[in-house]
Amino acid sequence: MISRSARRRLFSRFMTGLTLLAALIALAPLFAIFADLVIRGASSLNLDFFIRNPAAAGQTGGGVANAIVGTLIIVGVGSAMGLPVGIGAGVYLAEYGGGRLGAVVRFLADVLNGAPSVIVGIFAWTWVVRPMGHFSALSGAIALAVLMIPMVTRTTEEMVRLVPHSLREAALALGFPRWRATARIMVRAAWPGIVTGALVAVARIAGETAPLLFTTLGNLNFKTNVMQPMQTLSLQIYVFATGPFEEWHRLAWGAALVLMALVLLVGVAARAATQKRFRNG
Amino acid sequence: MVDLQAPLRAERVTALFGKKAAVKDVSLAFPANTVTAIIGPSGCGKSTFLRCLNRLHELSPAGAVEGKVLLDGTDIYDTGVNPVAIRRRIGMVFQQPNPFPTMTVYENVAAGLTVGRRVPRAELDAVVERALRGAALWDEVKDRLRANPLALSGGQQQRLCIARAIAPRPDVVLLDEPTSALDPISTQSIEELVQELKQEFTVVIVTHNMQQAARISDSTAFFYLGELVEHGDTAAIFTSPKERRTEAYVTGRFG
Repeated sequence: MISRSARRRLFSRFMTGLTLLAALIALAPLFAIFADLVIRGASSLNLDFFIRNPAAAGQTGGGVANAIVGTLIIVGVGSAMGLPVGIGAGVYLAEYGGGRLGAVVRFLADVLNGAPSVIVGIFAWTWVVRPMGHFSALSGAIALAVLMIPMVTRTTEEMVRLVPHSLREAALALGFPRWRATARIMVRAAWPGIVTGALVAVARIAGETAPLLFTTLGNLNFKTNVMQPMQTLSLQIYVFATGPFEEWHRLAWGAALVLMALVLLVGVAARAATQKRFRNG
Repeated sequence: MVDLQAPLRAERVTALFGKKAAVKDVSLAFPANTVTAIIGPSGCGKSTFLRCLNRLHELSPAGAVEGKVLLDGTDIYDTGVNPVAIRRRIGMVFQQPNPFPTMTVYENVAAGLTVGRRVPRAELDAVVERALRGAALWDEVKDRLRANPLALSGGQQQRLCIARAIAPRPDVVLLDEPTSALDPISTQSIEELVQELKQEFTVVIVTHNMQQAARISDSTAFFYLGELVEHGDTAAIFTSPKERRTEAYVTGRFG
């Protein structure tokens, strides 16, 4: 016979334990993926891996310099197009999007957010690759920008909405014009959250493969011209992992590790960049 | 009854939320260098009325204003009057302290001056110090001007907001229940500060605390259900009100 309060305590502990278990299960794949990548990929990481292009089919050696540079270029160009539009649209929705237009934009962003990325790739192929007449890194970057815009729009909107309304009123009462209250007070207060949302989106598109298959195409050579097909780490992993050569598999594991590390690096850099700037005392 | 010399006058002001009137046909004058208290039970429209005086109410969802508010003889609701320019001449302090969390203590005080223009550093330093002294906060923060304002106590934050409101040297200072979120000691320091403020500004304070109104104001206006029931010398309102509803409220029988 246990008392009612003891039973409650026991039940509370049991439920707390269940949530902890769920958290561990959620994290397990992350650690498993990391461990796997390090075990299988770390051995291929040497200087050649970073500074050389893939060796000819069937031969040993070579690296993925072209894919690393290609990923940086395509993700960079895509972000340069997608982030300003996404952040701008999110600020608009949060600050001025109360009316019907806001509701329409919000709905479309949600629809686009749910669109499979391969569809966005087809869109980019139809509207960029076909008129241009050839595959190009630029068309892939456009596809990635289209993918990231709704993500960034919605996270930016959420972050600006979290800023207390009273700050906007304080600014307006001080004689701030509306847009300055938005820019100097609301967006600045929301900025760390906006940056975090933007980087999650950058990390997401860095790993995208499907929309690049028929836009950026891939390239075994080192290219920096965005008007030409280009290699990315994600495309490299796809091609090498499904290829027949042992050497390719090795490079694919290495490329996967590098891609993962790049994404992590982006996150860490972002945190450092948004640290508070106050001096106390 | 309406003082034509007063720098700020409301004439037949009606404030609407959609079709519903929260303030009905209120006329009230605020003489220079006096403290006018607006009292009344919750929901009587006193805060809404205050927000009509600096054109903040029209920014509320479905908010609209009818009537006139004269600032030195000019109707601030005239077409062609820029509400942003009006708000620079009428400072406001809110119920909850709301310093800008992304700015330092110094930047908060300077915010109203630096918006849209460049002010020489030396001049800005002088203005910030004067405003902080005016808000009785200088001695407490003079070594923490680069600190996060959220590291200050609630009472200090509210005095920082007062410093921010008076730094651009407005004509009028509106206080919307400035002590309702503060402890008694902080409340007392704000009340003392209000006495200082009236030397320089026309002060309007909304309060739900009748003792506070009696302590710090020169004249008192009693609002009920959106109407101005009675306005007069604070002493008269609290000791010999003309209206039965005023008497019932100030003696604590309702509200």
